[in-house]
Amino acid sequence: MSGGAYSLWSLRAVALGCVSLGILAPVAAGMWQTVRAAFGSLPAIGAFGPDAGPWADLLAMPGLLAAVRLTIVTGLGATVLSLMVAIGVCAALHGRRSPRLAARVLVPFLAMPHAALAIGLAFVLAPSGWIGRAMAPWLGWDRPPDLATVNDPWGLALILGLMIKEVPFLLFVLLSALTQIPVRQQMAAGRALGYGRGMVWIKVILPQLWPLIRLPVMIVLAYGMSVVDMALILGPSNPPTLAVMLTRLFSNPDLRLLLPASAGGLLQLGLVIAAFALVWLVQRGLRVLGGCWVRRGRRGGWTEPGLALTVVVLSGLVVLGGLAMSAMLVWSFAWRWPWPALVPDSWSLRAWMAPAGGWGRALGHTVVIALCSAGLSLLLAIAWLEGEDRARRGRARWAEVLVHVPLLVPQVSFLFGMNILLLRLGLSGSLLAVIWAHSLFVFPYVMLALAAPWRALDPRLGRTAAALGAGPWRRLIGIKLPVLLAPVCAAAAIGVAVSVAQYLPTLFIGAGRVPTLTTEAVTLAASSDRRVTGVYASLQAALPFLAYLLAFALPAIVHRNRRDLRGQVPE
Amino acid sequence: MTLTLDAVAIRFRAAPPLFPPLSMHVAPGEIGTVMGSSGIGKSTLLDAVGGHLDHGFVCSGRIVLNGRDLAGLPPEQRRIGLMFQDAVLFPHLSVADNLAFGLAARIKGRSQRRDMVLRALERAGLGGTADRDPATLSGGQRARAALMRTLLSEPLALLLDEPFSKLDAGLRAEMRAFTFAHIRDSGIPALMVTHDATDAQGAAGPVVHLG
Repeated sequence: MSGGAYSLWSLRAVALGCVSLGILAPVAAGMWQTVRAAFGSLPAIGAFGPDAGPWADLLAMPGLLAAVRLTIVTGLGATVLSLMVAIGVCAALHGRRSPRLAARVLVPFLAMPHAALAIGLAFVLAPSGWIGRAMAPWLGWDRPPDLATVNDPWGLALILGLMIKEVPFLLFVLLSALTQIPVRQQMAAGRALGYGRGMVWIKVILPQLWPLIRLPVMIVLAYGMSVVDMALILGPSNPPTLAVMLTRLFSNPDLRLLLPASAGGLLQLGLVIAAFALVWLVQRGLRVLGGCWVRRGRRGGWTEPGLALTVVVLSGLVVLGGLAMSAMLVWSFAWRWPWPALVPDSWSLRAWMAPAGGWGRALGHTVVIALCSAGLSLLLAIAWLEGEDRARRGRARWAEVLVHVPLLVPQVSFLFGMNILLLRLGLSGSLLAVIWAHSLFVFPYVMLALAAPWRALDPRLGRTAAALGAGPWRRLIGIKLPVLLAPVCAAAAIGVAVSVAQYLPTLFIGAGRVPTLTTEAVTLAASSDRRVTGVYASLQAALPFLAYLLAFALPAIVHRNRRDLRGQVPE
Repeated sequence: MTLTLDAVAIRFRAAPPLFPPLSMHVAPGEIGTVMGSSGIGKSTLLDAVGGHLDHGFVCSGRIVLNGRDLAGLPPEQRRIGLMFQDAVLFPHLSVADNLAFGLAARIKGRSQRRDMVLRALERAGLGGTADRDPATLSGGQRARAALMRTLLSEPLALLLDEPFSKLDAGLRAEMRAFTFAHIRDSGIPALMVTHDATDAQGAAGPVVHLG
């Protein structure tokens, strides 16, 4: 109908082209380079495969089996536990607490970068940390006990750290999915039939919820199995998880190790795919078994203690997270802090006083990269969604699924391969390359945050504006963007938070030449100077907080006299 | 200024047409009414006239406004105003800015534009609401502001989609009289879809029953 809808250069075609060429093609190309190197073909270091040598080298690595086992246990364990707690809390609190209040409590945990949280948590959990100090007078410890409470060989600290981040994320996902289901009515109907609250959740609500949360759960699972920064700080060190082991191999001065490391990247991908397959099998099995179970009609009232337990676990996680955030801040201002005092004896600004000596440059890099990648991603997401509106077509589902590929494929599996290509183009180690690499991971989250509110916008607003003679650009800039100011700001803040948290893309694509708060904080975490580490971790955590604060304040100020646009929390 | 529908039919992709071909002629200042039960495709018909059809809908027949065939024109070039049962005021703009958004661009000069907006508000009994948040207006006030916004854009025709169905009974008669009087004054053809027979009586123009 309208001009331009069918032309090749419609906004929709441009947006889809950018996504395909800028995001999907590089991931595929990076993956291909990894595959080649895994089979012994990496001309840059004089390896001309194909041969199976890298695999033999990989399998001969000491601790490989333990690393694989740890990866599965920590990744699957953290995901399953997080999901159980999040669902339990939802079931226990739904209808009692306002979702908006819950969202506000969760925001700091969503904003918190993984690395900063891990550093703070290590300060709390370590034998010389707050927990140990608090217990010392009771147990008569006169010095920190010799216990591996962090970097424990079972990966428990890592699972705990992942849970503090993932439970709030999944809760957030669940809360927004729940708005699409008439929970109140179904709960009333179920309870009127004699089922307990928990039972209605498990038998009625959950099966409808699962398709809505499956993708985020997969993202959490893939992330948990391949996380590097958190695993470096909290995870076991010898042997570490597979992703950490591979990162060490990739960073090793001995370039021949790149080949088995690439093979390991494929192994890592295989593990994630196997975990996805497992989820799929469990889902199939539960559908059959659950059907039988539902048909038997047992009411069962035994779920209340379980629900209460999940609330207790969540409270514990929130307290630990809060302690972790405080711990890094306190350490950054501490001077003398002898065991077993709960607060430092003397305070000092010394760790903060030397920005030129380090954190100034890292802060600058972090801010520039975050603003650029979040800005680019926001532009692309708006172009995509507006392109959809203008073409008056539904959603391009194939592209929507593919956008999430960078979040589902382990970073360690394709970033190295991508860097080989960038090296060839002479772009590796440049700020521009790092900004682009961050955008791969920022864009899906920005898109995820903006798509729902954008599509929920009353289409009559745009039609009314068109009927008043406003063309497509005036409708976008004069009506849609101002009305959507709150979700646009929220999406930008999420983009900033995701970018600030990136570790591996900065390390690999930046080739070590673009230090950010994150890479510096992770490096420092291995050192013994908690004061300087505290400074970097605090700064790293402060940036996303600031972004969320602005995203909340800006629409509230601009729309302070507009009743229909107030009261939307950033999502 | 006349609006002519000539054997207009709409279908979605290969599905059969929503209603049999519809022909209608609406003269200037006249209000044509299309009646029919809900779900028959009344609003889709207005979408076709206004240029708002979603992708996949196919419109056959001819829609002619003042001798110009509208096929293929984007909505912003058709100059056809649109009124819904909710007023659909832009929530981020003040009442006056809502009207200023509609006011034709050929009116130049800040003070002149402001004057025209204020006078339109005055005419609609909305004096003093210029700088208010549209969310604070009553239902009747919102409907009148929306009509003024549309008229200020100097439309060549007007589409009314169940315009009075959300107003309570007393207000409905008042708004109907207000709206129809303004349409007759401005001498443009209007097309209204409704399921309320009193709307059609008040319109006193040609009536077509769908389905």
